Amino acid sequence: MHIAEGFLPPAHAIAWGVAATPFVVQGVRSLTREVREHPESTLLLGASGAFTFVLSALKIPSVTGSCSHPTGTGLGAILFRPPIMAVLGTITLLFQALLLAHGGLTTLGANVFSMAIVGPWAGYAVYRLLKRYDVPLMVAVFFGAFVADLSTYCVTSVQLALAFPDPGSGFPGALAKFGSIFAVTQIPLAVSEGLLTVLVMRLLVQSSKGELTRLGVLLQRGRQASAPRSETEAKA
Amino acid sequence: MSRNAKINALLILLVAALAVLPLALGLGDHKKEPFTGADAQAETAIAELDPEYEPWFSPLYEPPSGEVESALFAVQAAIGAGVLAYYFGLRRGRRQGETRARAAEVTPAGRDEE
Repeated sequence: MHIAEGFLPPAHAIAWGVAATPFVVQGVRSLTREVREHPESTLLLGASGAFTFVLSALKIPSVTGSCSHPTGTGLGAILFRPPIMAVLGTITLLFQALLLAHGGLTTLGANVFSMAIVGPWAGYAVYRLLKRYDVPLMVAVFFGAFVADLSTYCVTSVQLALAFPDPGSGFPGALAKFGSIFAVTQIPLAVSEGLLTVLVMRLLVQSSKGELTRLGVLLQRGRQASAPRSETEAKA
Repeated sequence: MSRNAKINALLILLVAALAVLPLALGLGDHKKEPFTGADAQAETAIAELDPEYEPWFSPLYEPPSGEVESALFAVQAAIGAGVLAYYFGLRRGRRQGETRARAAEVTPAGRDEE
């Protein structure tokens, strides 16, 4: 989903930068507030950022015969809400733009918008929706991470199709072209990301019950009876 | 192996299978260059849609070769994996410490069953 350096026309690059800025500013505020009010959460924040670091570095073969990488933003969005992920995702993208020539500074706004804003929000929305309907925790986590991953690549396709409409068929034609490169390739990777996010969440449930309860991922004891019985909660 | 560990191992196996199957089944064979990055393919697609387009900015730093680039990607993954491992190691250690402290409170000092 990294749009390469210089590959968006200036007007588009600026527009996406302007669109992304308020989300990142809001994210920095939430992040500083979280660290000030709950210094103990710094470690878990670091772990969420680290998860994005690992997953976005792994280029994995897909069924379309090309390689792509997961985003790792669903986990942090579920744990700390999407604004904080806007910051952690931006840090990851900046690292890759500066050191790996992967993505770029002129396309940072667009890449932040897809991976650090839309992905986390879409994934978080699906996670919350499923939890509201008493879906087991780990199922909600899986689909949250799956959607965060896939929606990121759909946004990238839209961004590129807006910048480079097909000479004949216009925006829809270009969207189909970029969509077939990104979105289809991404489906099995989004499944992988969902599974890996479930794995990390399972480890967190075992190791950091107090933290997850404070963050509202696990319910407090006593309210458990009326709560959805997820597989892990049932075992706990 | 506990049930928990089995489920975790199964999750890892599934992810590995999803990555290996496209390679094993030769799903890239129809391509001239199999398993290139989707990001690079998007650049090619842009060149097809708008042959006149020239990137107007180039990266400040570019890894001099594919090897250096993959090394830097490995560094990125290693940093992330290191932080994650530190987190879970610390949590596990703390939990063990707490359990031990609780056990020491229950059994009078000197008669610690260890």
